[in-house]
Amino acid sequence: MAPLHLFIVNKSGGLIHHRPLGPKAPQIGTNEWLRIGSTFHSLHAIAAEASPVRLPGNKNPYGADDGIEFIEAGGLVLCCLQTRTGVKFVVTAEPGTPELDLMLREIYVLYSDCALKDPFYELEMPIRTDLFTSAVDALLEQLESRNTKSSADRPIVRF
Amino acid sequence: LSRPRSPANRHRSRPRDPDHSPSTEEKMSRSQAPPSILDRPLGRPASSSGGRGSSGSGDGVSLSAFAYLYSELVQYHQSRVASISELERRLESAGYGVGLRVLELLAYRARESKRETRLMNILHFISSDVWKSLFGKAADSLERSIDHADEFMIVDYEPITSTYVSVPADLGQLSADAYISGIIAGVLEGAGFTARVTAHSVAVEDGEYTKPPSVPNLPPRKEKAVFLVKFSREVLARDAALER
Repeated sequence: MAPLHLFIVNKSGGLIHHRPLGPKAPQIGTNEWLRIGSTFHSLHAIAAEASPVRLPGNKNPYGADDGIEFIEAGGLVLCCLQTRTGVKFVVTAEPGTPELDLMLREIYVLYSDCALKDPFYELEMPIRTDLFTSAVDALLEQLESRNTKSSADRPIVRF
Repeated sequence: LSRPRSPANRHRSRPRDPDHSPSTEEKMSRSQAPPSILDRPLGRPASSSGGRGSSGSGDGVSLSAFAYLYSELVQYHQSRVASISELERRLESAGYGVGLRVLELLAYRARESKRETRLMNILHFISSDVWKSLFGKAADSLERSIDHADEFMIVDYEPITSTYVSVPADLGQLSADAYISGIIAGVLEGAGFTARVTAHSVAVEDGEYTKPPSVPNLPPRKEKAVFLVKFSREVLARDAALER
C-alpha cells in the first residue's frame, strides 16, 4: 500500500528525475534507471500506435490522451501521466495503493512550480533543484498522513 | 467633432492622456471621468489576506505570472555576464528604476507636504509603506547592526522574487532578491540618502518564523532574505547634525 518509485521522462525519452518514494522501494542503479526510462518511453509510444481505438478529441483534461496510463501486474502497479508537452510522470507502487493519479497531478503542479519557474533550471535537463525534492517530500508526508488516518480498506476511486 | 455619434465610437479606446481634459460633449456622455493613472490602485494587494498567488482575484497580478517574467529576466542577464557579482549588479540596476518611481508615486498619494529627512523615518517608510504597496505586507523586521553604526537590515521571510528559485551550488552566494535590493536603493537615492544595498540569504532558525507559507503547496522556506543597507558617511553626518 505504499508508493515505490517516481521517475520523470522528458519528451525525447531521456530520464530527467528518479527517486525512491518509500522505504520498501528496491535499489536500482543509475544505468538501470536510464534504461527503464527510455524503455518506458518507447513502450508508451508503441502503445499509442497499437491501440485499436483512437478517441476523438482529448478526453483527458490533465494531459495528453494516448499511451500507457496504467499497468497492473502481480506485485506492482504503474501509473503514468503524460503532459501535453510530452513529459511523462511515472509512479510505481504496491498493488492497492490509492490515489496514484492524484499524486501524479500534484507532482506535475510541483514540477511546474519548482522547476519551470526556476531561472537556473534548463528545460529537458535532469532536475537538480532542491526545492522540487523537498516539495515532493512534503507532498509524500501529507499523503501518507492522510492515508493512515482513513480506514485501511478504502476503495480505489478513479476519476 | 465631425465623427458620427454612434455607440461604437464612444467606446473606442483611446490612449489615456492625463493632460487631456474631456470636452463638454464627452462630459455629457459619461457621468464621471475615469480615475487618472496616478490615483488608480497598483493592484490592490493589501485587500485580502496575503492576496498574492491566487488567480481568482480580479485585481493584482498572479504570483506565477510574475515568477515566469522574473525568471526570464534572470536568465537573460545570466547569459550575458561573466561573474555572480555582475549578475547581482544587473538585477539591482533593474530594480533601481522601480524604486525611484515607487517613491514618487507613494509620496504623491500620501499627499504629505513634507518629505522625509531623517534616517529612521525613511527606513520605516520603506519597510512599511513601500513593502505594503509592492508585496501586500510590511517587511518582517527592521534592525540596526550592532557592529557598524551605518548598517541597517530589512528582513523579509518570503520575498516573491525567490519563491520558486533554487540557487545551484556552483553559484554559491547569489541571491535572486538582488532586484528588491535595487528597489530599496532606488527609493533611498530618490529621497536623498545614498546607500549601498545588498541582498543576502540567511538560514532561518527553527521556530523563528511560525506563520504558514503563503504559497500553500510548497514547504516552508529554509532561508530568509536580509537586505543590508549601508549608508554613506555624508548621510550619517547629516543625520547626526539634524539630531542636535
